[in-house]
Order: sequence, then C-alpha cells, then structure tokens
Amino acid sequence: MEELLKLDEICKKVRRDIILQIGMLGVGHAGGSLSVVELLVVLYKKYMRVDPKNPKKAGRDRLFVSKGHSGPAVYAVLCDMGFFDHSWLETLNKPGTRLPSHCDMNLTPGIDMTTGSLGQGLSCAIGACLGSRLNEDHAKIYSILGDGELQEGQIWEAAMFASHQKLSNLMVFIDYNKAQIDGLVSDVCGIEPLALKWRAFGWDVLEVRDGNSCSEIDATISGAIKSEKPCAVILNTIKGFGVSFVEELEVENHSMYITNEQMKEAVKELGF
Amino acid sequence: MEMRSVLVQKLKQIMDCNEKIVIINADLAKAAGLAEIISRFPKRCFNVGVAEQNMTGVAAGISSYGFVPLIFTFAPFATRRICDQLAVSVCYARQNVKVFGLDPGISAEYNGGTHMSFEDIGVLRSIPEFVIFEPCDTIQLEKSLDSVVNHNGAVYIRMFRKETPKIFCEDYDFDLFGSDLLKVGRDITIFCTGIMVEESLAAGKILENIGISAEIINIHTIKPIDKKTIINSAKKTKHIVTAENHNVFGGLFSAVSEVLSENYPVPIGAIGICDKFGQVGKMPFLKKYYKLTSEDIAKKAKEVLAR
Repeated sequence: MEELLKLDEICKKVRRDIILQIGMLGVGHAGGSLSVVELLVVLYKKYMRVDPKNPKKAGRDRLFVSKGHSGPAVYAVLCDMGFFDHSWLETLNKPGTRLPSHCDMNLTPGIDMTTGSLGQGLSCAIGACLGSRLNEDHAKIYSILGDGELQEGQIWEAAMFASHQKLSNLMVFIDYNKAQIDGLVSDVCGIEPLALKWRAFGWDVLEVRDGNSCSEIDATISGAIKSEKPCAVILNTIKGFGVSFVEELEVENHSMYITNEQMKEAVKELGF
Repeated sequence: MEMRSVLVQKLKQIMDCNEKIVIINADLAKAAGLAEIISRFPKRCFNVGVAEQNMTGVAAGISSYGFVPLIFTFAPFATRRICDQLAVSVCYARQNVKVFGLDPGISAEYNGGTHMSFEDIGVLRSIPEFVIFEPCDTIQLEKSLDSVVNHNGAVYIRMFRKETPKIFCEDYDFDLFGSDLLKVGRDITIFCTGIMVEESLAAGKILENIGISAEIINIHTIKPIDKKTIINSAKKTKHIVTAENHNVFGGLFSAVSEVLSENYPVPIGAIGICDKFGQVGKMPFLKKYYKLTSEDIAKKAKEVLAR
C-alpha cells in the first residue's frame, strides 16, 4: 500500500514535469503524454531492469515507445529515474535540445529506439526480442502503442510475426484513450473488437479497466509476466488524465497550446 | 556462376567468422538462394513472410541489440515499399542494416512493371548517409561483401541474382567508396553501373572502331559517389555519357550531373530509362526497347561529342 502511494506521488510529479516541459515551450503533445503516466511509472519503478548510470547496459530490459509523441512523459520519468538532470526538461523542442518531441535513441539517455513515424516501434521491439533470444540474456522487451496507431498495417504484420516466433519476452501496452488527432478512434476508423483482434493474432490479452491506476496496472503486469506467448495489455486510459484543462479538451488535446497561466494553474492543481 | 551462388558462398564464410550477422527475408529465401545459409545457421535466419515493412523494423530492432542484419527482397520492395521504415527506423535511428534489393530495373524480366524498379536509387539517394552499391559481376560481389558488412551504417546492395559476364580478374582490389577505371580513354567518358557495364565496354569497342577513344568507369557506389574520379575524368575528356538500368531521373545521370554541374560543367548525355514504367520481357528485348544497348550508348557518345 505504501509503495502504491509512493507511485501515485511520483505520477503527480511526472504530470507536473510534462506540463512544465510543454508549458515552457507553449505547445506540445499533452493528451497522449498524460494518459501513459501511470504505465511508465509502474514499468520503470517496479519492473524494468535498467541502470541510469549505464543507459546502454547489455542485457537490460528495454522499452519501445512506438507512440513516439509521448516523449514528454517518457522524459519526465527518465529524469525522475536519474538518467539526466532536471534542467534538461526546460529544453523540450528548443534548438539543440536532447529532448525532441518524438523519442530519439541517439539524443536521449534511456531511450531504446527512435520512434515517431507511427506503426514502426513494435517491429523494432520484436527485433530486440530476437536479439535477446540469440544472446540468451533473458531481457524483457516492452512496447507502448497508441490506439490510433493500430490503424497502421505494419502493426499487424508485426503482431502476426511475434506470435509465430512465440516471443514470450514481449509485452505490449495499448494506450486505449479512445482519441486520435481527428476525433474519436471509433469515428475515424474503429479498431474494435480490440481484444479479439490480438487474440486472433495469437497473443495473450489482458485488459486494465482503469489504465490510469498504478495498482491495477501493477496487478496486471505481475500476472502477465509469466505468459508463454507475446502479451498485449489493453489499458483503458483517459487522454489528458490528471490535468483538468487538458482532460476537458477531450479530442482536441492531442497537440495543444498551453499558456503560462494554464501551466501555473495545473502545477497548483497537482499539489505543488 | 550466378551472383546469388557467390553471395551465399561468401556469406557462409562471413557468418562462420562473425556470429553477429543475421539474415532476414520476406518470403524470398528461395529466390535469393538462401537455403544453404538457413540450414547452416538456422537460429540466425528469420523469414517474416510477405511483410517487408515489418522485416525492416525487425532488422532495426535487432541492430539496436548489436547484431548486423542483412535483409532480402526484390529491389522495388526493398526500397519504395519500405522507404519510411528505412528512413526512420534504420537511417535516422542510425542502425546498421544491409538491404539487398534483388533483380533491379529490367533484370526483373518476366515479373514485369510491378517488379521493375526504375526508381530505387532515386528513392534511397535522398535519405542521408545511405550507401548505395551495385556490383556488376561475381568477382566484384565476392570482393565487396566484407567491406559492405563491416561498414557501420545502412547499405543498399542493388543486386542482379543470375549470371553476369566477367568484368574483373581475380586480383581485383575493391574500395567501397571508390570506382573502377575499366578502360583509359581521351575523347569521352562513359560512367556506367550494374548490367550497363557490359554494354558500355561493348560501346567502347564500337567507338574505338570509328576513332573515338572512350574512357569507361564503373561507378559501383552511387552514393557516396567518387567525386574526385568523376571530376578528373571530365577534365580530361570534357564529354560524358552515363549508362544505367534505372530512370535517368534520380539515378546515376542525376548523381554525375550534380557533381559536374557544381565542379566542372561539361556536356553530358544520359542512357537509362527515360521516365517510363517497366513491362514484361527478357533483357535483350528490354534493352532494345528502352535504348540501353551498346549501340545506343555509342550513338549517344557521338551526339555528345557533336555538341
């Protein structure tokens, strides 16, 4: 219980840092960054074997953030883990930054793959699973996909191949926040029945009713970790979760402007 | 001996010595002649099925793990089909992937227009740091593979699978970032690549018979191109023809023209596909149809000399 309370506190800090990164620039991918905060915090704090002092350590667990526009959320968590100094967060998307809007493995310590062109990260994660198998290092490979991203054909090429290869060291999270740039996923091009699709592709599928709950995510991952197939975890999340003015914008919060006043108000709302 | 047989023999040696080399193909293991490699190194060979985009991402991911993946499919599917995956997951992410594009241009023969890549060099040439290499015979292929595999970065190997005429001798020395002076001349230079090397050498003989001395240089690496050799030969002959099995837009003609327009402008004539789509046919027919024969090259050389 104490541990979960601590994770909730870290989530608040991460949310604050997301808002500060985007707010100091004035614009950014707020909605889809805020929706994956709990997942990232649980993964990095409880499951991933990584070393912030040695980000490229052989045999480490790896995360492939295929929805690369969640960069600000990943940076906030990596910063909290000690991969780089807090002052870096002020540089998001500014000239010469090492924190670009979309994740870049060659710029940011702790980022395992360059992503941003949607649909590509899962295939890369599969490549890492095969590498881990050849090296016999027992690394766990995680990947985070957006829900709109599932409209990309390459995701399903990859899903088919992962189950064919019986990649039991692969766990994929779907940030099912139900919204994409042009509106609701169900209005743009629906992806349901989502769990059935992944099962039909040969995956174990687990659903997290509240994908913004650390305890629910933790319970699901601890159950899924023993899966003998690749495992897809569908997280029912809320785009913009935890920051009222972002959450209220609903489908308009994918990439949005944040004023100085809104930034300050959000930081206050989060208890800082 | 076929190009693919030489490829497989050499790859066996390389993979015996370097356990980081892995092979990934998209349902073309048989066409690429990879069966022997697969049975020798079953754990290091992967067939993703007909899914070239996934193949490319998987390659980028296993490269990020320290392996050197070699990926195989037909030239159009190794380039235009996976252009974004090559640009982002491979090149922008700085991954060490070797892309084998088989049967480029008219060498796709009976597979016809859908498989006839006249645009592959153009597609890849605009992606930063991509090395584009086209071997023209089995000796060059065999001598090149160590350099290709050892180069740290993306390399496209534009490779005809079957038998080629012999261009080089056993003592040939290969430099991935150089070019091959095949014949010294003084009146005009023919820069050629791939299957057009044979036609260019024949064109050199036609021109010799009418008193025109042609210098013939095989540009085996179209990017980064051997600028120094191109400029020096242009300074000597002051007339240029390029010969390629590719659209003249975006390929060798474009690459040579870019070098010379900036450094030493001289008249240049292009032999290649003049902005047309492919079609079914055997190579002799296609060479005639698209004006890629030695006679076409000789005629173009005379036109350039008359300018």
